[in-house]
Amino acid sequence: MKLTLHIWRQAGPTAPGAFETYTLDDVSPDMSFLEMLDVLNERLIAEGKSPVAFEHDCREGICGSCGMVINGSPHGPRQRTTACQLHMRMFNDGDEIWIEPWRARAFPVLKDLIVDRSAFDRIIAAGGYISCHTGGVPDANAIPVPKPAADRAFDAAACIGCGACVAACPNASAMLFVAAKVVHLASLPQGQPERYRRVRRMVEQMETEGFGHCSNHYECEAACPKGISIEYIAQLNRDLRRAELVGQELLP
Amino acid sequence: MNLDSKIPAGPLEEKWQRHKNELKLVSPANKRKFKILVVGTGLAGASAAATLAELGYNVHVFTYHDSPRRAHSIAAQGGINAAKNYPNDGDSVWRLFYDTIKGGDFRSREANVYRLAEVSVNIIDQCVAQGIPFAREYSGYLDNRSFGGAQVSRTFYARGQTGQQLLLGAYQALMRMVDARRITLWTREEMLDLVVIDGHAKGIITRNLVTGEIRRHAGDAVLLCTGGYSNVFFLSTNAKNSNVTAIYRAYKRGAGFGNPCFTQIHPTCIPPSGEYQSKLTLMSESLRNDGRIWVPKNAGDRRPPNEIPEEERDYYLERLYPSYGNLSPRDIASRAAKRVCDEGRGVGPGGLGVYLDFSDAIKRLGRDVIEQRYGNLFEMYERITGENPYEVPMRIYPAPHYTMGGLWVDYNLMSTIPGLHVLGEANFSDHGANRLGASALMQGLADGYFIIPYTLGHYLASHPKMEVTTDHPEFQRVEEEARARLERLMAAKGRRTVMSFHRELGKLMWNYCGMSRTADGLRTALKRIPELRAEFWENVVVPGSGEELNQNLEYAGRVADFLEFAELMCRDALHREESCGGHFREEYQTPEGEALRNDNDFAYVAVWVYTGPDSPPVLHKEPLIFENVKLTVRSYK
Repeated sequence: MKLTLHIWRQAGPTAPGAFETYTLDDVSPDMSFLEMLDVLNERLIAEGKSPVAFEHDCREGICGSCGMVINGSPHGPRQRTTACQLHMRMFNDGDEIWIEPWRARAFPVLKDLIVDRSAFDRIIAAGGYISCHTGGVPDANAIPVPKPAADRAFDAAACIGCGACVAACPNASAMLFVAAKVVHLASLPQGQPERYRRVRRMVEQMETEGFGHCSNHYECEAACPKGISIEYIAQLNRDLRRAELVGQELLP
Repeated sequence: MNLDSKIPAGPLEEKWQRHKNELKLVSPANKRKFKILVVGTGLAGASAAATLAELGYNVHVFTYHDSPRRAHSIAAQGGINAAKNYPNDGDSVWRLFYDTIKGGDFRSREANVYRLAEVSVNIIDQCVAQGIPFAREYSGYLDNRSFGGAQVSRTFYARGQTGQQLLLGAYQALMRMVDARRITLWTREEMLDLVVIDGHAKGIITRNLVTGEIRRHAGDAVLLCTGGYSNVFFLSTNAKNSNVTAIYRAYKRGAGFGNPCFTQIHPTCIPPSGEYQSKLTLMSESLRNDGRIWVPKNAGDRRPPNEIPEEERDYYLERLYPSYGNLSPRDIASRAAKRVCDEGRGVGPGGLGVYLDFSDAIKRLGRDVIEQRYGNLFEMYERITGENPYEVPMRIYPAPHYTMGGLWVDYNLMSTIPGLHVLGEANFSDHGANRLGASALMQGLADGYFIIPYTLGHYLASHPKMEVTTDHPEFQRVEEEARARLERLMAAKGRRTVMSFHRELGKLMWNYCGMSRTADGLRTALKRIPELRAEFWENVVVPGSGEELNQNLEYAGRVADFLEFAELMCRDALHREESCGGHFREEYQTPEGEALRNDNDFAYVAVWVYTGPDSPPVLHKEPLIFENVKLTVRSYK
């Protein structure tokens, strides 16, 4: 396959960026998208040019490192697929492909396609956990969890923290990311004691980081490589309202 | 070299409890005065950091990723073993211990493995309390499944993403401690070298991967939790950034390296599709619970799988190993696949593949059940190959996956450098010559949650506190060496890319130090690796500069270390004149082609010690003493 690539190049956080155009003549349909970029980078290095910086690690769709907007869609055209799991058979000979980084105020560009997503870590630090000391816990089967609740918790916990939801959202909101963790932990009996404190603190941190609010565009769910449901945002909002009442001691 | 394993006295079942009672403690008020440097945030690193911080230590955590949650533990699919015996099928701590030591082909320490089995039950309790969404039955109780190398169901799992869920649990515990200001988190910060002062590990040198800044960090102890080195083969199931640098640098500073040649080749990976291939993808071993492995009976049979009648298929694992069948341990299943492919019966491009067929299971259980169990794996397979495994059998082939070898540690997880502790895959300790499925997660979390929190305190309380700052001349010296290495990489300005060297090294290692090894082949590799290394330093090209985000410079440093380390692996493989577990020497096999162990001469841990750039490493031996199990021929027939 022959392809024309337009790739966002930006030397550093404060440098201006621009698209640069490259052509590749010999792309195999069995290559992954990142392997196609590997081939380009090997050529650029051989030509004495600067290779395209992009983040990647497991290349199995689970670490959440990779992420780039491909032809306007975070992670590219295939539903429920990370960029590393996207294969070139999804494209046609002669295609033009536009590749750019996540665009969001809370995700500043570090170089080319690499952005700083540490805001997500700070949101988790604000409450995305169950506070239990190592060792001081009951036997695992002492807390039965109804299967539907465990399944729901898992579905929400499948989030890989890639940031595609933010990149897809016109408001650059992180609501889907936050909701996924809130619902994961709120679905389980172990998550109840901190349920309302957790949701309050995580949403506060999300706002501090400069992410926008949700106004129901549903773009996040469409872009999410793990298919996290926007229904969780509804639960987050419900829990957040309730948290205010709990905070005022109007509810237990 | 003093290889005192510090195994406690007493009966096997009492050793760990007795040891815990005897270990020295650090008082709560003093813990915050100790600064602990934890390198790596996978299961071992994150669980250790979180637990030590909860105890009150001043913990600094380092990861080269943008977030601790990216560590490669996240990719583990199948599950985690624990001797809970919830299914009431006869499991016990003893059985998990025995399966693990036998699975490791009797090349690990009894006391370590027993302790691992013992604390396995605590891990599950801990993870459930953290909210890990393990699979459950309708009763609300935890579900278990069976896994390779075991005849009981003791594997806990969270669909095909157990590693992800366990890591996120440990990561969240770590971030909780960041929020509590007990942990200082350094992301995009790569360890370049270890600083040893007066014989004790006292710090590390790091490079910030965004700015290129070189930094010194001093501490009272260093924990390396930096994973394995399968990427020495270039193509492996490891994440692209996984590397040997941290433990190899520690080796060059004096830490003994245990059994470097013990590497595991995983039987169920997606075969490579072309020269551009950048990594191999593992399909969880749990698939072997319901999938049947076969090849055509006749060499050169190129018909599509659905057209090959039942009587012309060879379900070779079921035929050769009737009692374990498709659930034979990894090393056995991998070698059997290689053998049938070498006979010309392999399938797919280049004949490098065997079928993993779910049609019987789909008939028996229905498509829904299979989808429930393996849905995400089937999806992943379809994305990569473009084939639908519900209709066409998967094609699989073995690939490097895990390294049992690692830095030598004693019972307290301390290396031969006092103060330097090594956890998880980075150490050599518990899996002998072959690791059983669902045991890596168990070991990483055992080390981090339940072992190091006890043993680290003992080290700290046993030595007078040494006040070391980063102004010490040794920090200066090690930093200068690290800088010089980076400058030399930048200055080579040759014509070959880092990746081309890495690919060539990988091919050498796969051909001569991979699934089967010979003395001749290993000698060839030992001749060619130094030549390739010399060419690397002459002819490598690294674009850009060292004072910026430069992924090629990071990569060059890691490949430079692989180019040295590969030699150590081959040397170890050449010296071990027996076949055991993942180490298969063609000269040492039974008439049926099974591994032929030599317990008289090789029942020891091979510990290599660095002696300088121009002299060969020296081999030390820690004899393995078996008081509780009888060394048997490992039979899965």
